[in-house]
Amino acid sequence: MDLESMYQDIILEHYRRPLHAGLREPFDAQVQHINPTCGDEVTLRVTLNGAAGEPAVADVSYEALGCSISQASASVMADMIIGKSVREAMAISDEFLKLMQSRGEAEPDESVLGDAVAFEGVSKYPARIKCALLGWMAWKDATARALGERARAVPLGTSTGASGNGDREQS
Amino acid sequence: MTAWGEMTTGEETTADMTTSAPAQVAGVPVPLDVEAVRRDFPILGRAVRGGNDLIYLDSGATSQKPRQVLDAERDFYNTRNAAAHRGAHLLGEEATDAYEGARARIAAFLHANPDEIVFTKSATESVNLVAYAMSNAGTSGPQARRFAVGPGDEVLVTEAEHHANLVPWQQLCERTGATLRWFGVQPDGRLDLSNAAELINSRTKLVAVTHQSNVTGVVPPVAEIAAAAHAHGALVLADGAQSVPHQPVDVTRLGADFLVFSGHKMLGPSGIGVLWARRELLEAMPPFISGGSMIEVVRMEGSTFLPPPARFEAGVPAAAQAVGLAAACDYLDALGMANVAAHEEALTAHALKALSGINGLRVLGPLNTEHRGGAVSFVLDGIHPHDVGQVLDELGIAVRTGHHCAWPLHRALGAQASTRATFYVYNTHDEVDALADGIRQAQEFFGSESAGAA
Repeated sequence: MDLESMYQDIILEHYRRPLHAGLREPFDAQVQHINPTCGDEVTLRVTLNGAAGEPAVADVSYEALGCSISQASASVMADMIIGKSVREAMAISDEFLKLMQSRGEAEPDESVLGDAVAFEGVSKYPARIKCALLGWMAWKDATARALGERARAVPLGTSTGASGNGDREQS
Repeated sequence: MTAWGEMTTGEETTADMTTSAPAQVAGVPVPLDVEAVRRDFPILGRAVRGGNDLIYLDSGATSQKPRQVLDAERDFYNTRNAAAHRGAHLLGEEATDAYEGARARIAAFLHANPDEIVFTKSATESVNLVAYAMSNAGTSGPQARRFAVGPGDEVLVTEAEHHANLVPWQQLCERTGATLRWFGVQPDGRLDLSNAAELINSRTKLVAVTHQSNVTGVVPPVAEIAAAAHAHGALVLADGAQSVPHQPVDVTRLGADFLVFSGHKMLGPSGIGVLWARRELLEAMPPFISGGSMIEVVRMEGSTFLPPPARFEAGVPAAAQAVGLAAACDYLDALGMANVAAHEEALTAHALKALSGINGLRVLGPLNTEHRGGAVSFVLDGIHPHDVGQVLDELGIAVRTGHHCAWPLHRALGAQASTRATFYVYNTHDEVDALADGIRQAQEFFGSESAGAA
């Protein structure tokens, strides 16, 4: 089946044994993102460290309920960006978004994307792009909140997302 | 040769159909000649992923169209296209006749009167029409006041509703201060009516209930619910989006005061839907969408409105689409709705049996076909519906995955999302077998522990 081009072994492996899964304390921000059309959802927390001028991703913890693509993507993402600076992680995120929008035409850069190149096949199935992006969108949202919180010098460990319609972003 | 689009009553069959199945004889359904039916649907001839033939099991989302419907719509544009109800020229008269003829034909399909048929865009818009009529009723004069709701009043829905028959009522209650209440569902998806005596009371103004669930196929006892509602002076709206296409519906026996449905789910074009309502209700209801066509006298200081149904049909009519829907009624009546329902019941029974033989599969809904139509939704251990759907898609099988616009129902049935197959006149038993095979292939592909036969 041509499905193998989308469901590569790496993806199925991350789906069966997701890395960094589970919600952990302490955290700087938590968000809950939902894909309204299919019922994929992810609750995601970020913990930042590093100097104020160069924040870094100390931890990404998450609970993902959904299809293999969305869960595997969250796992690959967490594994890639933990320990990197936020700036580097954002660059990877942008590169991944480009790959998703490439309709199968792109030549993904493994040096930037690492294991995430395995999702290349998803770009040929437009209905699944949002699945692959769900975790990344949640991480960007949580990170933005965490950085905003830092600017306001609120103590670490405060939950700032996922309550009421206004806070919940539907990706 | 009988021309498509000519008025026929619900009982007559046009003798010259290319789909040659006769109407039921002495109350016994006659099997559809499915191969003949399939030849009427051009799209069924196309190949999809991997060069596979299309196996279309998503009619619950939208149905495919027979060439008779496509031809009728195209014929309108080719020969009689003009703005109906306007202009004194010949084309305008012919367009008006076609539009009003379609209204009468569709009325006959339901055993209704033409002046009880309002054309809308869809079932969703039809529900909104009633909800906004109630919303506007407080400020539309004494005749409309009976429809007004406010604090202390109740609107009763069910947990099994499609969002189209839920969200507009939530919104109505939020706007007016009325209270939304609902029937729950039993584990098999049937409505839990055990607290009906409490839920239907003197504060109830309207009960909105599905006539056939798009997830579980359940057909609730609308007539009984309506009897209880009427005893307390409440009105009843039935969502017929999944019933009118799939079973014989007679509004004189349904018990409801309002019935909504969509053309595109019953072999008709997209963009046309219907609200059937009792005449005396339509006469008292204020308009929802206003503008041209629905007015009587217009001055800068204010306007008056036409009687129904025109009052509820602002703008240039979707005449071509109405003609297409009338042709769909002709097509379905030629098959015989009782025969259509029997065909689907057989497919549903086959599907329920085939799927129950798959380890790790749970059907959402009753496992028998008693008051249960042709929507078979299921969850599969260890495999998300999206992934099941992807494997099926690869095999050419089109199903729906997600919550099917019935999120609360899924939560009530303990599922986050499901995979749904729906059946219609052009589906075959081989296609049901292909679905079961495809599900097993999904289990193999994802290496689920539940793979294998029960």
